[in-house]
Amino acid sequence: MVRTKLNPVDVVVIGSGVAGSIMSMELANAGLQVVCLERGRMVDPNVEFVKPFVHDELKYDRHNDFFQNLSRETITFRNHSGQTALPMRELGSFKPGEMVGGSSALWGAQAKRQMPFDFEMRSALTARYGEAFLPRDSTIQDWGLTWDEVEPYYDQFEHIFGVGGKAGNLNGEIQPGGSPHEGPRSREFPNPPTRRTPQGALFADAAGELGFVPYQFPSAAMTQDYRNLYKVMLPRCRHGGFCTSHVCAEGAKATPLTAVLPALYRQKTFQMRPLCNVTRINLDSTGKLATGVTYIDARGDEVEQPAGLVVLAAYCFNNTRLLLLSGIGTPYDPHTGRGVVGRNYSFQTCGTVSVFFDDKDFNPFIGGGSVHTAADELLGDVLDRGPLEFVGGAVIESSNQGALPIKSKPVPAGTPRWGSEWKKAVAQYYRRTMNINLIGSCMSYRQNYLDLDPTYKDANGLPLLRMTFDWQENERKMLTYAYERAREIARALKASSHSAGAVPKNYSIVPYQCTHNVGGAVMGADPSTSVVNKYLQSWDVPNVFVVGGSAFPQNSSPSPTATIGMLACWAADAIKETYVRRPGQLM
Amino acid sequence: MEAEGQSKVLLYLLPHEANFLDAAVERLIPADELGPGAREAGATCYIDRQLSSTWGTHGRNYRAGPWREGAPEQGFQSRLTPQEIYRVGIREVDKHCRTTHGSPFDQLAPRTRDEILRALERNEIQLPSLSSKLFFDILWRNTEEGFFADPMYGGNKDKVGWKLLGFPGMPSGAYVNRIGEAQAYRAEPVSILDYQRGKVRLDAEGFVRHIVIEKEGE
Repeated sequence: MVRTKLNPVDVVVIGSGVAGSIMSMELANAGLQVVCLERGRMVDPNVEFVKPFVHDELKYDRHNDFFQNLSRETITFRNHSGQTALPMRELGSFKPGEMVGGSSALWGAQAKRQMPFDFEMRSALTARYGEAFLPRDSTIQDWGLTWDEVEPYYDQFEHIFGVGGKAGNLNGEIQPGGSPHEGPRSREFPNPPTRRTPQGALFADAAGELGFVPYQFPSAAMTQDYRNLYKVMLPRCRHGGFCTSHVCAEGAKATPLTAVLPALYRQKTFQMRPLCNVTRINLDSTGKLATGVTYIDARGDEVEQPAGLVVLAAYCFNNTRLLLLSGIGTPYDPHTGRGVVGRNYSFQTCGTVSVFFDDKDFNPFIGGGSVHTAADELLGDVLDRGPLEFVGGAVIESSNQGALPIKSKPVPAGTPRWGSEWKKAVAQYYRRTMNINLIGSCMSYRQNYLDLDPTYKDANGLPLLRMTFDWQENERKMLTYAYERAREIARALKASSHSAGAVPKNYSIVPYQCTHNVGGAVMGADPSTSVVNKYLQSWDVPNVFVVGGSAFPQNSSPSPTATIGMLACWAADAIKETYVRRPGQLM
Repeated sequence: MEAEGQSKVLLYLLPHEANFLDAAVERLIPADELGPGAREAGATCYIDRQLSSTWGTHGRNYRAGPWREGAPEQGFQSRLTPQEIYRVGIREVDKHCRTTHGSPFDQLAPRTRDEILRALERNEIQLPSLSSKLFFDILWRNTEEGFFADPMYGGNKDKVGWKLLGFPGMPSGAYVNRIGEAQAYRAEPVSILDYQRGKVRLDAEGFVRHIVIEKEGE
């Protein structure tokens, strides 16, 4: 193996997803010399993302062509620390991306903000119900941020990703058509909301009569041609489906590839290096200062890239893993509760109620791009949690993602899994089903965490990350309640039948749920319970910033991408405005 | 259309294995009054081609040991690749059928084959080298794919799976104006295979042109 040491640069950014691309753009804009290291390959959307080849469910959804190649690296998994963790040998429950643009190149474009409550969840719950109300073993905590601090950065993200929607709260004034429960916005969405589908209208009528306030969900698939904050043009979504797991041939779905990188490549102070797999962040002899990173390049050679500032902006898992492999921060110990790296790993609690009609035809293949009609009444602290005896909640929504023929054929309960009866049911209901989805919160717990596996290694011989995770009673209660409310709506639809998913006893790595893994390197105001401070800066090595889903202390419910993008805008501003004046110092 | 007999060309499977699969997939998705089943759709050809692809050796899966069965929540943990699962599984199921019914699987009556498939699904048949549920699950997964994936992969012949559902295949540029409309949209399905064979016309924006089916009374 050849070993090379390169000349120093100002900033190394690890990862080119939503966090890495925005951090790179903002720091390069500020005149810093930025190198972005991406483990996946380079893609040219103009040449590679073309019709009709992008519309291949087998290749992209079943065989995960753009997702992480597990033959080189995976994680190991167990439900509890008494089990032996085994490698995730094939992708299932979630699908991290592996290419320039990252996982967010393949997202479903659901671009909802969190609520003000979510950022101060522990304080708010404790003030309202007392400490004893928090779920047993939970490690729920505040983010160290307030709504007034983050709102401008949500706004910035929305103007980079061209989010379409209708404000429900403009500077404190409730607006018709939007969600009345959202935090106050400083201005309207940059683009109009999606058009309501017939399924969405049915959902809105039924949910409205039951006291919900339906609205069109924020979408980062363009609702009109849009020139974004970085002066990149994104065309209007054509609603052909094939969104999540897929790339968009139109470029209508805002992703790093369509909304950020075209502008970033024009920056003379920026360089993208694909197929570079970072193996550690290097520290000086004091252990308090990063000197740069070491990576394996496309040819398998080891390269040292010195840098004044390291931004770790990979997927949730690799942010935590690289900190552990580099000896940055104290690893979490679930027995003593001490240590922070790997602590507060969390996920998302999802559910679906399928509603079957015999007298409707929904054209379910027309959709995509987050064309959802949703309601927020089950979220945050809208309802009094006291009598419900759980914390957290769920977005409830009727989705129109574009039903693909291999995976999207729900059938009524009791239908055999195969044979003639099954065939009749899929033929009858493929076009006549609407889904009510629950995108639910997941709290963090003492016993759910990430650490390094003692047995299994990646292709470089380095330990895999080990996930120890299971559903807890609070999440089962929340999902049971959300299912009851979804069933009320389903009954009000007066359909032929409906069937709800089960409330799972144990978490399984097998069926796809969502790629919303969070935590492990969480942010906060207290170094004994967080890896990074409110500016996403490492408490232990102040010239390392760790940005991404890894920073979430728990998962509040909305899909995480908008909040990850907001955190990148926020952290980049802190670096540009404050950090650069006193580099290497804690802010 | 594909030349007659092309789908009989085998890349990985041996002839007796193809017969086994034909006899299995025609029970999983049977031909009936709604139209052709998985056998007619070429699911066996689809499986054969998949077994010859990266997926057939689990080329993108984590393949290092040690190997343990684990809990169901921990997912696929077999040492065997799909190629091996089919080769070993077919051999061991056939052996079971000879012992219990006196004939290999493909010689059994349809009802008996259904019983065997159900027993495999419920993990009720003890095979020497792998769980019978593992074998059934991969067979069912591939059969469903072979009925509904793009025909360029060797199954879903004449787009029978898409016609069954009313899925029009490659999206039309007209969808953008239909997203909020209640009127049913029905079109002859268009596949990537159709495009590659030059059988599809594109509009100015590169979307395939659909031939819309007008239903009586609409």
